[in-house]
Amino acid sequence: MVDDGALVRARQLVKRFGEFAAVRGIDVDVRRGEAFGFLGPNGAGKSSTMRMVGCVSPRSDGELTVLGMDPQRDGPAIRARLGVVPQQDNLDTELTVRQNLHVYGRFFGLSKAHVRAKATELLDFAQLGERADDEVEPLSGGMKRRLTIARSLINDPELLLLDEPTTGLDPQARHLLWDRLFRLKQSGVTLIITTHYMDEAEQLCDRLVVMDGGRIVAEGSPAELIGRYSTREVLELRFPPDAAAPEVALEGLADRLEVLPDRLLLYAADGEAVLAAAHARGVQPLSSLVRRSTLEDVFLRLTGRTLVD
Amino acid sequence: MTTATATSTGRVVGPVRAALLVVEAMWTWYRRNWRATVVSSIVQPVLFLLALGFGFGSQVQPTEATGGLAYVVYLAPALLVATSVQIASFESTYPILSAFKWQQTYFAIAASPITPAQILGGQLTWLAIRLAGSGAAYLLVAAVLGALTGPGVVLTLLVAVLTGMAFAAPVAAYSATLESEGQQFSAIFRFIVMPMTLFAGAFFPVEQLPAWLRPIAWFTPVWHGTELGRDAAFGTLSWWPALGHLTFLVVLFLLGARLAARNFRRRLSS
Ligand SMILES: Nc1ncnc2c1ncn2[C@@H]1O[C@H](COP(=O)(O)OP(=O)(O)OP(=O)(O)O)[C@@H](O)[C@H]1O
Ligand SMILES: [Mg+2]
Repeated sequence: MVDDGALVRARQLVKRFGEFAAVRGIDVDVRRGEAFGFLGPNGAGKSSTMRMVGCVSPRSDGELTVLGMDPQRDGPAIRARLGVVPQQDNLDTELTVRQNLHVYGRFFGLSKAHVRAKATELLDFAQLGERADDEVEPLSGGMKRRLTIARSLINDPELLLLDEPTTGLDPQARHLLWDRLFRLKQSGVTLIITTHYMDEAEQLCDRLVVMDGGRIVAEGSPAELIGRYSTREVLELRFPPDAAAPEVALEGLADRLEVLPDRLLLYAADGEAVLAAAHARGVQPLSSLVRRSTLEDVFLRLTGRTLVD
Repeated sequence: MTTATATSTGRVVGPVRAALLVVEAMWTWYRRNWRATVVSSIVQPVLFLLALGFGFGSQVQPTEATGGLAYVVYLAPALLVATSVQIASFESTYPILSAFKWQQTYFAIAASPITPAQILGGQLTWLAIRLAGSGAAYLLVAAVLGALTGPGVVLTLLVAVLTGMAFAAPVAAYSATLESEGQQFSAIFRFIVMPMTLFAGAFFPVEQLPAWLRPIAWFTPVWHGTELGRDAAFGTLSWWPALGHLTFLVVLFLLGARLAARNFRRRLSS
């Protein structure tokens, strides 16, 4: 086994469901120790890719190695060293929190004594100690999500697959999860995260790919992507619904102009300067806002669509 | 990279061990939830034994049809087999659909080193244990009530487990394909399990059925199971019929299990 540092290597990887291709030939290299992201809108093929990497969905075409092995041949051996947080929680809701960890750990060939000790450690990590002996069913969504993450760590995975780990959580719960994931990365665990939240991708990912319609449309670190595909700042302008197209008056003021249903986006290094120039031309927006570019802008630039609809 | 290369503690276990780990998971669940199963598994067959065996049976003269035995004695082993099939039919429908669709617990296990076939193996092994446990509890009560003739019923217990499994395996294969809310199951209970329980030789010999109905009974696991189970209980086993019944049940089980393994694999790794 050649260890070039790539824990996951995909070349022209394809996933088809019947006639329909959910993943259409992607190349990916995930290096040991990094946090790698798949960013994309609904139906981009993120989960399909994750399931192939997780060795629960055979590839339709192309090459894929995970931990240097072939998922088709060595699925169980690979899965033994992975942690998986699926998009939808699949806890056993009729067991207690602790029992979920015990039972799951045993599937990885761990001794009862080992899973007992590990479960206690993970309950602490996920801040679920107080609910340890409660049934899972009545727990809040955030608690269930934390338990799913705790469960995925029961075998001390080398590679952790997180499919939309924070979707549906309130901001506080999300920040708690981000903190936990950051700590895991510090301890040497390689993370692969899918998300359609750009702030999550910016917070967590060293590198990411932007996926759309089963293809990778861009790749790099969040800062690189923003530098490459967007400007430093963005000026957002809102107008009354019936206002005559103000685009004409704004012609030439910014590097680029995007028209969204509810607002205009003007891309420029200096947003305030553009706003002043617009005012000087007599443009009268309802409201204006200058902000830094985000991955959302990168996505808009690359696909012509917004990420979260 | 300066961080210590993490090494996972997880490893792959052998196929038998893997199935047993699935059984262990089921047992963990059962320890918390067994109370709900006592009524359908033990109380219900005992009530049948009391009402039909002792009550109604007191009006039935021992005849050639009952092998010259009191009706309750004639009924007791068959009730064991029929109940086993009923429990098996329930356990191979909703719980399996739920593990695929509602709770999705099978998908959680499939993300571990355990394979779909091993999940099925564990699920079926667990069901066999469940059937043996419920059957043994029923036999204890039946023995106390004096409805048993001798130690032959221990063989009947094995037959009951086999009969339940022979029915459960193909039903599990079917359950694994469903995307619905399980409406189809009530049809299975109403149009297959119930008629089979009532008319396939458990309560009265199939010779009492109209001639055109008898062949249908011959294709049910309950008929083969009750015939075999009674002969085992009463010490009246003879080679060829016994072998025939056994073959039918084993073949039905194996076909069902193969189909189920295929369907589990398809659904868990698509
Ligand atoms: N088992 C399946 N059978 C048929 N089509 C599927 C299956 N799984 C996914 N698809 C289709 O493949 C496409 C990609 O789905 P996928 O779940 O990978 O997207 P995603 O990027 O994870 O989206 P989301 O953000 O909504 O989770 C979708 O159009 C989906 O309908
Ligand atoms: Mg998804």
